Amino acid sequence: MDSHYEVEFTVRGDDFLAAGEASNQIKETLIMLGVPSPISRRASIITYEAEMNLVIHSGGGSLRAVITPEKLTIQATDRGPGIPDLHLAMREGFSTAPDRVREMGFGAGMGLPNIKRNSDSLEIESEVGKGTTLTATIFFHEGPVDRR
Amino acid sequence: MKLKEIVSCIGAEILYGEDLLDTVEIENAYASDLMSDVLAFAWPGTLLLTGLTNVQIVRTAQMMDIPAVVFVRGKRPQEEAVSLAKNVGMPLLVSSMSMYETCGLLYKAGLSPCIIPSREA
Repeated sequence: MDSHYEVEFTVRGDDFLAAGEASNQIKETLIMLGVPSPISRRASIITYEAEMNLVIHSGGGSLRAVITPEKLTIQATDRGPGIPDLHLAMREGFSTAPDRVREMGFGAGMGLPNIKRNSDSLEIESEVGKGTTLTATIFFHEGPVDRR
Repeated sequence: MKLKEIVSCIGAEILYGEDLLDTVEIENAYASDLMSDVLAFAWPGTLLLTGLTNVQIVRTAQMMDIPAVVFVRGKRPQEEAVSLAKNVGMPLLVSSMSMYETCGLLYKAGLSPCIIPSREA
């Protein structure tokens, strides 16, 4: 593959019907590039939880995946309300999701912990009233792709 | 266990995927109405049992390489969920029994759980 591969998708806020489409396209891209399934699955959990967060909390944003021979970087960016207490938001079970989201099976306070668990490194920059940028990285320790 | 055996074990109605019942092989099951818990604890290749009916169930299953979904309590998935499942070739079943009873029958028939790793305090 090329040394650098990048895809970016716009995620609409509150569009629960389309939620997951961007993650699925990223997953298909990873499979196409020959990324092994244990890694593409970890990436799917990260992108899907991040995409759901964009849909639920941010009013929409963008989801981007950058794949190089060394690593996969997933970035979710929004200009939403921001996260006032990041430490609290990272705690399992903590959620600010409204009831209608919970009724769909989300908002159980597992999203960010799930993202962290599946990332080799995770950075979240957030400013109240300005937005949030989440950057998750998975390193391909044993060579990422089938280089046939 | 073939999906076909699962269908007969719980007397499931097949909403989609009749022709896939012989090919899909299932070893484990995970039951939840919390999709983030599915993303956290379900193993790939697991059968998902749920009482939720929205399109995100199929999306979640797709992300986790879950091959098929059973809707319990006789609940029928929303139309969008069925059409997405058809698009991705994911069999959908409906059990008229409760979550507990459906799971109990499958457990008794030898379907293993996904083991939850010990949690940090």
